[in-house]
Amino acid sequence: MKSYGKYIVEVENLTKKFGDFVAVDNISFNVKKGEIFGFLGANGAGKTTAMKMLTGLLSPSSGNAIVAGWDVEKNPEKVKLNIGYMSQKFSLYDDLRVSENIRLYAGIYKIPGKEIKIKINTLLEELGMQDLRKKLVGDLPLGWKQKLAFAVAMVHDPPVVFLDEPTSGVDPITRRQFWEMIYKASADGTTLFVTTHYLDEAEYCTRTSIMVDGEIKALDTPENLKQQFEVDNMQDVFVKLARGL
Amino acid sequence: MNKTFVNIENISKFYGEIKALKNISFSVGEGELFGLIGPDGGGKTSLIRILTTLLKPTEGRAEINGMDIVKDFKKLRKIIGYMPGRFSLYEDLTVEENLKFFATIFNTTIKENYHLIEDIYSQIEPFKNRRAGKLSGGMKQKLALSCALIHKPEILFLDEPTTGIDAVSRVELWEMLKKLKDQNLTIIVSTPYMDEANLCDRVAFMQKGEIMEINPPETIIQEFNEPLYSVKGDDFYHLLLELRKMEITKTAFPFGDSIHLTAYNNINPSELNAMIEERMRIKTETQKISANIEDCFMAKMINTE
Repeated sequence: MKSYGKYIVEVENLTKKFGDFVAVDNISFNVKKGEIFGFLGANGAGKTTAMKMLTGLLSPSSGNAIVAGWDVEKNPEKVKLNIGYMSQKFSLYDDLRVSENIRLYAGIYKIPGKEIKIKINTLLEELGMQDLRKKLVGDLPLGWKQKLAFAVAMVHDPPVVFLDEPTSGVDPITRRQFWEMIYKASADGTTLFVTTHYLDEAEYCTRTSIMVDGEIKALDTPENLKQQFEVDNMQDVFVKLARGL
Repeated sequence: MNKTFVNIENISKFYGEIKALKNISFSVGEGELFGLIGPDGGGKTSLIRILTTLLKPTEGRAEINGMDIVKDFKKLRKIIGYMPGRFSLYEDLTVEENLKFFATIFNTTIKENYHLIEDIYSQIEPFKNRRAGKLSGGMKQKLALSCALIHKPEILFLDEPTTGIDAVSRVELWEMLKKLKDQNLTIIVSTPYMDEANLCDRVAFMQKGEIMEINPPETIIQEFNEPLYSVKGDDFYHLLLELRKMEITKTAFPFGDSIHLTAYNNINPSELNAMIEERMRIKTETQKISANIEDCFMAKMINTE
């Protein structure tokens, strides 16, 4: 395991160009241990491209980023192995059982065979899903799938987890229960990097960044952002920025 | 309500053992903007696919403007505009080619009905030679909506048009729906965003294939009768967990920068502050508040469980 400094994510002048189009334009920021970092932006603002670079899936055109102690350009495979990632489509296999999904990801993240069995049991217990271990994931309600996907993304105890619109489409209670899992993970010292289109959720973040046209146009605590833009909620901060007011 | 335009009687849809819709009945008036609000898996898409004649109900029947959704499906398709949840256009055709394609299918031309879509289409017209696949999310929505309107439908169905769409584009889409409604188009729209319920004439709360309530949003809010408080304080997560342990607390949920607490009985906000301070030794700011639509939906979910 690598040791980290104060920051789990360090981004310096990160840029991605596709031909003439600058998708991500010279962004710089740091994310601290245990922080819940909101990564917001309009569709097409460059969030997905930036996330892909930070998770080792796409090589930057210039600038650099150190994630979980590894350089995303020089060691993308190390980055992937040392972070957690949950996509909005949940990367679970519907035709595998609950326990089989956990075992699969534990194997992918190179958890030793002996530990996997223990891991499955602790995870199921924490999730309150012991009775569901033999169920096919495809038969689970969406809320359960979402919790399981989050647990699976953290199966290897990564220092940082990237959550890409994790709460899309779930009911308002499940959405809040999911945020409580995020708080808990944060309280346990895990860093959470979250994208969302629900702007009330931006309020739950320690700090929130907002991307517009490839650049980070705002980055601060929700409290300070609201003050800075002289509005009383994050929705208005977002609309002001994205509409260029 | 205006003249009934859509009438749904006892519709159920089963997929094997899964009951996607259970005995749904309601009607929608001409020119009404009607919202189907609820989480994924609630049955919204199944219901829309049945009403757009793409899926047959297992039981029950429905009529749109006097035409049966099963028997008269061919006639009905001419008056229905439908924007499915997934982007449904041809990504390798240009903006203009997509629109022309849909116009031609319905035996019309862009020119003939341009006035219907002008407001929306003019915003993407500068990019008419761009391939649809290269558009941003908000622009794709505008094109899809233009294509759904080009044949001058009498009723428009939109299945989660704002899912995955940023806040600005969401606002713009609802502004467009409002304008269409003003032209007396009947609109049925589904969404998982509770705040959008406020923009509908009436909404149906859907969950697990059933309708929990149908009412205008104002009525839903007025009917909320539990004492509700907003609590603000530091150490949000800890505060939330502690609030739930208090006897007076029925539910406590994060709500933006505060926690919404429903209580079993009425209490003075300053008393509530004092109770919290005694428990946790922290200062909180508490206010009695009126419910928003999301509070109502959550209360309904909890009370029906």
